[in-house]
Amino acid sequence: MSTRIRLARNLSQFPFPGWAKKTQKEEVLGRCLEAAARIPKIKNPTGLRIDELTELERQILFERHLISRELSNEPEGAGVVISKNQACSIMINEEDHLRIQVIKNGLHLKRTWNFINSIDTAIEESLNYAYTKELGYLTACPTNVGTGLRASAMLHLPGLVISGQMEKVVRAVNQLGIAVRGIFGEGSDASGSFFQISNQQTLGETEDEILKRLNSVMATIIEREEDAREKVLEDDSNKVFDKIGRAYGVLRNGHLLSSSEAMNRLSLIRLAIDFGSIPEQSRMLVDRLFIECQPGHIQFNANKEIEPNQRDVLRASLLRDAFARLPEPTFDHFTQ
Amino acid sequence: MAESINCDICSKLATVHLTQIVNGKIHKIDLCETCAKEKGVTDPNGFSLADLLASNGDNDELETLHSDLVCSACGFTPEDYKKLGRLGCPSCYEDLAPMIAPMLTHMHKGIEHIGKEAENTLAREESQTKVSDVKALLQKAIEEERYEDAANLRDELLRLNEGSEESHVH
Repeated sequence: MSTRIRLARNLSQFPFPGWAKKTQKEEVLGRCLEAAARIPKIKNPTGLRIDELTELERQILFERHLISRELSNEPEGAGVVISKNQACSIMINEEDHLRIQVIKNGLHLKRTWNFINSIDTAIEESLNYAYTKELGYLTACPTNVGTGLRASAMLHLPGLVISGQMEKVVRAVNQLGIAVRGIFGEGSDASGSFFQISNQQTLGETEDEILKRLNSVMATIIEREEDAREKVLEDDSNKVFDKIGRAYGVLRNGHLLSSSEAMNRLSLIRLAIDFGSIPEQSRMLVDRLFIECQPGHIQFNANKEIEPNQRDVLRASLLRDAFARLPEPTFDHFTQ
Repeated sequence: MAESINCDICSKLATVHLTQIVNGKIHKIDLCETCAKEKGVTDPNGFSLADLLASNGDNDELETLHSDLVCSACGFTPEDYKKLGRLGCPSCYEDLAPMIAPMLTHMHKGIEHIGKEAENTLAREESQTKVSDVKALLQKAIEEERYEDAANLRDELLRLNEGSEESHVH
C-alpha cells in the first residue's frame, strides 16, 4: 500500500537528544533547520518547532505519519521539516538528531531508497555526521547503528486476518529479523488489518541487502495473503460477502462510529475494491477516509476540540456523506 | 560422564539446555530451573531464544561487569544506559565498547558497517587531522630554527585552510 524509509543520523559534536542539555538541543535544531532548508531536492519545505504547535496540530502531523508520538510528547528543542507534498519529513531531536523519512505510495523500496539517499547526502554536505568506518552511522540506540536504515512497507492483509493466519506469519518473519507492527508503528494495534513490515537489523549488511531481504519477505507475505483470500472465497464466500455488505451498510447509514470500528469496516471496503466488487476509482477516496476518520483529523476539520462521543457522531456523518457517492458492492461476477 | 554445566544467568547448575537457530546462526544457552521459568522457557508458545539473547545485553550481570566504564566525552555510564535504554553521545560507542560490543553481536547480522559511507564527513575530518599535523610540524621547525621548512609548512597550512573554507561547515 505504501513504502517508508527512515534514516537515523546524528551530528558528530553533540550528545544525543535524550542526554543533551536544552542549549545543545537548541543549537542542533538551529543547524539542522538551516541545513534542511537548503536541500535542492526538497522544494518549498516548511520548518516547524514542535513547541510552537498546538496539541491538535501535533496530532494531525502524527496521524499523517509525519512526526512520531515521541517527538510530539518531547517538544524541547524538537522540530520537523516537511516537504510541500508531505512525502519527505525530517524530524529533529527525536531519539536521534535527525530522522529523515520518505513515504511513497505503492511498494517501491528501491525508488524510495534512491530518493532518501540523495537527501541524506545533501544534508551531509553541510553537517558533520557522527560516523566511524567500523560502526557506520552512530545512533542513540545501538539497534539502529550502522546504516541507520529502517525500511517498512504498509500492507493490507485482511485475508490473513480473517483466516486467522496472521500470528503464524508474524512468528515466521520474526525469525528472519523482520518485524511486524500495527499501522501507527511500535505498540499500535492491527486496526483495519494494516501491518507495517520492517527490517530490525542495521549493522553488518549493506542498504541493498537489507532492502532485498525485506522485498523477498514482503513478496512471500503478499503471496500468502492472495492464497488466503482465494481460500476464504472458496470455502465460504457468503461469509465474506456478508461482512463486506454489512460494512457498507454501517458506513453508509451509521450514526455513531468509533475510529477503530470505522477502520475495520473501511478495511473490508478496500477488500471489496480488490475483489472488483466496488469500482477501482473509489480506492483513493477510501484510502483518504482511513486518515480522515482519525481523531485528530475529525477535530481539525471541525476546527475545535471535541469529546470522543461527539467525534463518533461527526465521523459517522463524514462517512455517510462519502458513502452516498460510493456505489454498492456487487458480487455477481463471482457467481457467473 | 558428562561435565556439569552452569546456568548462563545465575551460575547455578543448569538443567535446561536449549539450541535455536537465529538468523542462520546456532545459539546455545544453558539455564537453571528457576531462570528458565523466569524467562518463560517452559512456555513453548511464548519463548524465543532471540528475545532472550536480545535482552541479554542490559541484564544485571553485565551491569556489574562494566560498572567502572564512563564516557570521557559526556560522562555517560552503563547505569544510565540501564535507565534510558539509549546512549549519551557518539563517543560512548568507543568508551563503553566493552558493554556495547556484545550487544551488537546479538542484535545485528554482523558487527562491522559495510553500507553507505559519510564521505563528506570523512573528507572534512581527514583535512582537519592534516591541518593539526602540519601545525605540529611547523611548530617543531620553528623551534629547531629550520626556517626554510617552516616557510614551506606555512604555505601548506594556508593552502589547506583555503580548501576547508570552501567546504565550510555551518
